[in-house]
Amino acid sequence: MAEALSLIASEDDARFLAGGHSLVPAMKLRLDAPGTLIDIGRIEGLRGIAYGSGDENDCIGPLTTHATIASSNLASALVEAAGGIGDPQVRNRGTIGGNIAHADPASDLPTVLTALGATIRVENSSSARNIEAESFFTGLFETSLGENELVTVIAVPREGAGTGSAYAKLFNPASRYAVVGACASVTLNNGVVSRARVAVGGLTPMATRCGSVEAALEGRSTDAINGASAQVASDVGDDILEDIHASAEYRLGVIPVYVERALQAACARAAG
Amino acid sequence: MAKFVGKSFKRVEDPRFLQGKGKYVSNLQRPGMAYVAIVRSPHAHAEIKGIDASAALELDGVVAVYTGQDLIDGGVGQLPCGWVVPECKIPERWPVEPARARHVGDAVAVVVADSPYVAEDALELIEVDYEPLPVSVGARATTEYRAQQIHAEIPNNTAYAWALGDEDGMRRAFREAAHVVELDLVNQRLIPNAMEPRACMAEWDNTTEEMTVWTTSQNPHPIRLLLSGFTLGIPENKLRVISPDVGGGFGSKIFHYPEEIIVPWVARAINRPAKWVATRSESFMTDSQGRDHVTNVRMAMDATGTITGLHVQTWADQGAYLSTFAPLIPTALSITLFSGLYKIPGIWGEMKGTLTNTVPVDAYRGAGRPEASYLLERIVEKGAQKMGMDPIAFRRHNLIPADEFPYQTPVAFQYDSGNYQGLFDKLEEISGYGDLREEQKSKRAEGKLWGVGVAGCIEASGPAPSAVAGSLGSAVGLWESGTVRVHPTGKVTALTGSHAHGQGHETTFAQIVADELNIPLEDIEVVHGDTGRIPFGMGTYGSRSAAVGGSALVRSATRVREKMTKIAAHQMESRPEDVYFDDETGNIRVRGATDDGMSFFEVALAAYTAHDLPPDIEPGLEETAFFDPSNFTFPNSAHIAVVSIDRETGEVTLEKYFGVDDVGKVINPLIVDGQLVGGVAQGVGQALWEHGIYGEDGQLLTGSMMDYAMPRADRFPHIETGRIETPSPTNPLGVKGAGEMGTIAGTVTVANAVVDALAPLGVDHVEMPFTAERIWQTIQAHS
Repeated sequence: MAEALSLIASEDDARFLAGGHSLVPAMKLRLDAPGTLIDIGRIEGLRGIAYGSGDENDCIGPLTTHATIASSNLASALVEAAGGIGDPQVRNRGTIGGNIAHADPASDLPTVLTALGATIRVENSSSARNIEAESFFTGLFETSLGENELVTVIAVPREGAGTGSAYAKLFNPASRYAVVGACASVTLNNGVVSRARVAVGGLTPMATRCGSVEAALEGRSTDAINGASAQVASDVGDDILEDIHASAEYRLGVIPVYVERALQAACARAAG
Repeated sequence: MAKFVGKSFKRVEDPRFLQGKGKYVSNLQRPGMAYVAIVRSPHAHAEIKGIDASAALELDGVVAVYTGQDLIDGGVGQLPCGWVVPECKIPERWPVEPARARHVGDAVAVVVADSPYVAEDALELIEVDYEPLPVSVGARATTEYRAQQIHAEIPNNTAYAWALGDEDGMRRAFREAAHVVELDLVNQRLIPNAMEPRACMAEWDNTTEEMTVWTTSQNPHPIRLLLSGFTLGIPENKLRVISPDVGGGFGSKIFHYPEEIIVPWVARAINRPAKWVATRSESFMTDSQGRDHVTNVRMAMDATGTITGLHVQTWADQGAYLSTFAPLIPTALSITLFSGLYKIPGIWGEMKGTLTNTVPVDAYRGAGRPEASYLLERIVEKGAQKMGMDPIAFRRHNLIPADEFPYQTPVAFQYDSGNYQGLFDKLEEISGYGDLREEQKSKRAEGKLWGVGVAGCIEASGPAPSAVAGSLGSAVGLWESGTVRVHPTGKVTALTGSHAHGQGHETTFAQIVADELNIPLEDIEVVHGDTGRIPFGMGTYGSRSAAVGGSALVRSATRVREKMTKIAAHQMESRPEDVYFDDETGNIRVRGATDDGMSFFEVALAAYTAHDLPPDIEPGLEETAFFDPSNFTFPNSAHIAVVSIDRETGEVTLEKYFGVDDVGKVINPLIVDGQLVGGVAQGVGQALWEHGIYGEDGQLLTGSMMDYAMPRADRFPHIETGRIETPSPTNPLGVKGAGEMGTIAGTVTVANAVVDALAPLGVDHVEMPFTAERIWQTIQAHS
């Protein structure tokens, strides 16, 4: 890893290559032409999941593939989202680190990591820092990764008893990316939602935390889910994405449905 | 003696495909090969003012750069159109356009390099001075007077207008009708997307002046004919065209493409083997596309719901040029099917073939017949609604009775055989139709959107009687050749002019020959796809291979058998009429004799040693037959789809699917089921997901797999198939086509199901594809 971090600083226009499922397609279409590719795919220390115990986070190496995550014991929403990425070939090659560094607005994992309150550790050759997922994603294909920095750990809170999470999305039938996606993580106490974290993606330039939905739900019973989900409109702002697959009107029209479905499923899981 | 025909055998070709040992054009290598890449227009319409290749030519490894004019000066001809309807105006089309590009992806220059990577890099160094021109898109809009002219010689961008049927009868029917229903509908543009991209490789021998071309074609002989006679000018006896394993065609690999001319032209120009392999992006912007019809359809009925008249007006978008068979698809393969499964006295179909700044449109699985079935079965569905009749009851009321075959329709075709009531009997049985409607009632009572769609479809397959094809505009005959060669050791090579690119001919054709010759399947090798080994043949499309190619092999195998009978009779001192091929022993024996007779091998060897042949028999044991069918075959089907719709999001889920098909005699049920199920998936793809979208500026907005949605296995329920068999009298096997029926029926069956699901909201039509948003918007508009 030290070698990779030193190369990224010394080589001209260098880029890290992990699973090659974002950068390579862009290169094939000649939308991207890095001067140097640094293949980090065989740095074993960056691969795999270290499960925490007790209140410790689960730590995911950035080279962990979607397929590995989809069959892991990580937070349910993350497992669910990883299993819905692309197809088996993509899941067997694509990595979580590459995925979040690329920060495609239609990607599932940024939404999920934001909702779960994950922390992303990034390093360069001389220093390391931790970034909350919520502030890691800063815009359309933009992150707070600095020059020559590499994602080295994705730390995800463990789901204890009474906590559950879920991810619901409308698949783009071509790419399987999210036309819209919603992730919810909730803690239930005697039928009352004591903590809710909700994020949406696909319709906004970056994964977006839904404070209004959370506020409308926290301290209330699950009966409040339907009403709280409708609050998502005030969380997503005016910059709603639109393309040949879906209008902004449609995305805005259905996002409450997916928020509600994610919340319902998360609550069901939290209730055990 | 049907030991093989009618039984399921696993495909003998599968082991090589499943082990990655198929031999595709892009796998092939020749020593010293150069690689071709093509500069393609990024504009939908532009003048080419100049091309500066100097920077590319300086790049290490670049061998040459050619412009369209270089190729014209070097003797290439225009790409011809092989199907010309009356008064059809055929636009100029060069392998590389010298002066004007007319769709995004049109070839404007050619790069040749020592490696494919250098060739790709060099593309970016070629500076083309384009002057963009206004663009015309939209099958109907392009004919409006304000529209940009695409070809100076073709006014109103209208290449042809064609009509068929009984106009007076149609008018009378509408005058006297008790009920009339009408629909405007769009059969959207599709992009074929065979798994293997197109590719071409060529090798020139400058001492013998022989050219070999390897190409991903469904029909190598017609390609050789076109290369020789029109586009490349190398004599046919010096030109060998090979289509090795081809990874799917679906019609898109029938046509003569520019690269098939460019690559051999380059190979000769540089005196080195040359190869081009399409990128997936190139496939999207250069493979001929499918459908794209804009239609108005009206149907007249009497007071009892009997259909009396049909009037159809369609604008068929043919793209920027007329591809090889483009005018055939909307005309002789579409209007001719407007009678469907029904007795309709007054049918009048009008078709305009129009030109736009888009990729050319030509045959795509089903080719004209899905378009015909779509409009007919949509309007029939609306007719049933109007009459307040159950969709099956309404159809049954109008079906052609089984005792009226052969049935002459008012739109040229004479249907060979069928039992359409029997189709629906079987469909109701396997689907539990009555229960489905009960289930629907309870779902609707719960507020769910749950639809049952029915369609009954007809197809004309097995093209075609050559004289009929000629009268309808074909430049070629549509017979097929078959050679059965028995080697001296008794092993058999069967050569067919048909071509397999997924259909499993190596298995089914061996079954046919094995039955005729009474020998094991493994003793027969089926060879196709090489003009250097096989007599002239017409290739594979239109579900023709079994009916026409299989029949040619039946004929040649029968002749071999007759010759063997005579030789065996002579050698066993008997009369030919007393000699028979014994199923049990595999020997050729004399009736009533107690000895074992002669083995197949002994008779084959005798034919070659020629020591003791009957006086009128020549040595050798090989027969070639050419089969020209007396009619098309008319496969038919009745399908049901069940869909549910998520009211909140508009997502459509295909819950159940049942298809009953009559494809005549079935040679290999396993393969036929595979064809039908795969075909249904492709048809459902059009209904639910697929759409080739162009912007107003002619840019293809769905130019990759990220944006063009293909069907995926996980979106399908089990597809239940059922069968009835009414043998076709037009070929010795009794077969009808099986390759396209699923696609033809799948689309409209699902369309009817979706409309049925939305019917409680007052919806009577939705355009395809039924994307979540389109359905959601429809629900919003009707709530």
